[in-house]
Amino acid sequence: MLQLAWLLLAFPAAGAVINTFFGHRFSKPTIGWIASGTVAASFIVALGLLLSLLGLPGEERVVTLPLWEWITIGDFRVPAGLLIDPLSVTMALVVTGVGALIHVYAIGYMFEDERFQRFFVYLNFFVFAMLILVMSDSFLGMYVGWEGVGLASYLLIGFWFDKRDDTYGYYADAGKKAFLVNRVGDFGMALAIMILWTSLGSVTFLEVFQAAPAGLSSGLATVIALLLLLAATGKSAQIPLYVWLPDAMAGPTPVSALIHAATMVTAGIYMIARTHALWELGPSAANLAAWIGGLTALMAATIALVQVDLKKILAYSTISQLGYMVMGVGVGAYAFGIFHLVTHAFFKALLFLAAGNVMHGLHGELDIRKMGGLREKMPTTYRLFLIGALALAGFPLMSGFFSKDGILLNVFGHSPLLYFIGLFTALLTAVYSFRAVFVPFWGQPRDRKLHEQAHESPPIMTRPLWVLAILAIVGGVLNLPFVLTLERWLEPAVGEPSFHPSLGLEMGLLLVSAVVALAGIYLAYARYVKESGWARSLQDALGPIRPLVEHKYYVDELYDLAIVQPLKALARWFAEVFDPGIIDGSVRLIGHANLAAGERLRRLHNGLVPTYALSIFVGVVVLVMYLVFG
Amino acid sequence: MVPTSYYLILSAMIFAIGAVGVLVRRNALIILMCVEMMLNSVNLTLIALSRQWGNLTGQVFVFMIMAVAAAEVAVGLAILIANTRHRESINIDEIHLLKW
Amino acid sequence: MTWSMLFFVLVGAVSLAAAAGVVLSRQPVHSALFLLTNFATLAVLYVTLEAQFLAAAQVIIYAGGIVILILFVIMLIGGETNDFVARQRSWTRGVALGLGILLLASLSYSVLQGFAQPPGDVAAMQGGIPEALGQTLFTQYLLPFELASILLLVALLGALVLGRHGTVAHTGSRPASPPAEGDD
Repeated sequence: MLQLAWLLLAFPAAGAVINTFFGHRFSKPTIGWIASGTVAASFIVALGLLLSLLGLPGEERVVTLPLWEWITIGDFRVPAGLLIDPLSVTMALVVTGVGALIHVYAIGYMFEDERFQRFFVYLNFFVFAMLILVMSDSFLGMYVGWEGVGLASYLLIGFWFDKRDDTYGYYADAGKKAFLVNRVGDFGMALAIMILWTSLGSVTFLEVFQAAPAGLSSGLATVIALLLLLAATGKSAQIPLYVWLPDAMAGPTPVSALIHAATMVTAGIYMIARTHALWELGPSAANLAAWIGGLTALMAATIALVQVDLKKILAYSTISQLGYMVMGVGVGAYAFGIFHLVTHAFFKALLFLAAGNVMHGLHGELDIRKMGGLREKMPTTYRLFLIGALALAGFPLMSGFFSKDGILLNVFGHSPLLYFIGLFTALLTAVYSFRAVFVPFWGQPRDRKLHEQAHESPPIMTRPLWVLAILAIVGGVLNLPFVLTLERWLEPAVGEPSFHPSLGLEMGLLLVSAVVALAGIYLAYARYVKESGWARSLQDALGPIRPLVEHKYYVDELYDLAIVQPLKALARWFAEVFDPGIIDGSVRLIGHANLAAGERLRRLHNGLVPTYALSIFVGVVVLVMYLVFG
Repeated sequence: MVPTSYYLILSAMIFAIGAVGVLVRRNALIILMCVEMMLNSVNLTLIALSRQWGNLTGQVFVFMIMAVAAAEVAVGLAILIANTRHRESINIDEIHLLKW
Repeated sequence: MTWSMLFFVLVGAVSLAAAAGVVLSRQPVHSALFLLTNFATLAVLYVTLEAQFLAAAQVIIYAGGIVILILFVIMLIGGETNDFVARQRSWTRGVALGLGILLLASLSYSVLQGFAQPPGDVAAMQGGIPEALGQTLFTQYLLPFELASILLLVALLGALVLGRHGTVAHTGSRPASPPAEGDD
């Protein structure tokens, strides 16, 4: 089975190709099922790989499958191949599994859309690129996948490129923003790869990690890790490059679920886990990563608290949860970071798709101030959303509870201050999650007419969600405390854990996390359902900073002023001054010079014999002078 | 004995004067006269150099030049006269049918 | 300063003055006469250079033939133009003068570099008497001599053809009014 691992990539690629060239002949359901089928087939291949690896003894569970000689330029040799190990197989399972479910959902969600075929081609292309990213055995291969998912993201975010509204602006601009901001991060990655090659002579993962301890000084490793961190902040939406993700909600909801919750944004965390050897050589970079993760988590959670667009709440929640993951891998708890990645994929995709159901039922409305009492009109969606929210908030025994707690445990071992930031953020997470439950689904409808029209979604849009809901509930078993199945499974790829907490510490922090989650849910209940006085006073006390938070701390405005406007001015200068003036000018100058020279020289031919005689004489004198003096 | 170089320099001077005259004057006849002067200066050079090397080859050359000069003057003047049948003037600036 | 040197300087000065006179005279007749003077002085110089026959030939051919011809043509067609240089070409005056000076300077420089040695075997030239010249001409340079005679014949015929009235090229309509003056 291991030898057939390339099928993993071949299926989605085939799906994209078939739908591109023959899709116009198929009916919409056919297109959708072909696309979903190929991803499901990839999932089965991934399962096969899982079983194959389980069949091998622990230390041998790192297999390289070479595909072909990709680049050979003198000393620069990069073979194209796949790395099949626990980490890549885990990622592949998540991508293809959750991906297949979302594909099926999208058949229903996008059914009315006239560019249905194109959507599924793009989705398959995305899965293909993402699998390249996680399965590749070299930095360069990963970079190809990295860029590919960036492209897919751009295409899918700006899918409705002709639309424009007040929440998102021009939808096409959202795609552009995502691509450009990501580019900054990609630049960091490219530099990191170049430095790796010049210092170690290879870009293949296994060769690099082997040579790194001897070949890289701590300083150089730190530099490389910092550059990789830049790339991660771009792809995984951390400070300072997170600004594209909220805007990316302009894309269709399945896109938000697949790319901006479950898979693409997790690429940064995967990358850090994969390159952990380098981060261990440059601990200051890892520490910085942890702090960035923590602060991003906190900041995003505060913004989520005041958002009124349902998808934007989820978007900022994603940024915040990604912050947890980055914190996890930053402190060296790679397995827990991946664990949270997996559980987050389950419950966040669930939440996004359920939000998609809400949107579908309310004909595109997402402003929670206009909703209310939806649990009567959309009971299934309500239950699904609730399950997702419970997992997100970290309700005890849900999957999110275990993964979040695991990260916080390891963070505590690294820095108590960071732990408290993470804990406080967990409180906020619970509050905003349940704000998103209570405001739209409970209470009285705020817009009668909207409420009348509301309807539940068809089974094709609810059944895949039940699968995710079940996974969100039981997903915790992947890595229960003291059992730690996932951690041991991932050891061949990410190494042994360095932090071994005592029993008491572990139980204690587990309890604290449970209490915090329940407290947060209760706080939301008090404020938004019972509307208690003390909850309102608490909110009013925070009134002064509310405008700052509502404007997302003015970060977008800052970037616009400091970066976008100067760049636009520079571009304008180039387009209006430099290009027409200097470049066109120099070309025209050549023409002019020719004409002017010709104009002057033609006067030599004026038909007057004496002029010709003078010319002859000039020649003679020049010749004589040359012969005499030369 | 006067050194040969003196004769050569004299000849060069006459040649230069003649050349300037060809370029500057407008009257075709005067230009012809200047050309003759240039030919003569060359004659002087050749005869001086003939004496320098001590053989008569230079003088034979001069002989030939004289013959050619005579022929050329005759033909040139004939052309000039033929030209004035159509155009009263012998101002060479007005003989510009070569111009575009 | 020996006598011969003084003689040379005087004759040379006259020659140069005459040359300048050819170029600078307003009237063509004056130019012709100055030309005559130049030829005469050159003939004198030829004698000092052991070329007696050529001196005589100079006088006969140039002074006695060519100058006469020129004077005849002056008489026939007047030659009234007396501005030196056309308005269109006034800039050529300076250029030509400059070039002339340059040429003179170069040639003088080269001459002064090259001719340090004294003249060779003068006696073998026998003073350039006709006998001596004839010896060389009719033995060593017979072919050029014959060619020269053919040349003279051709010139004779040419002058004859050109001099005739109503030749083929000139019958028929006059050319249209001359095109506009070119600018310089």
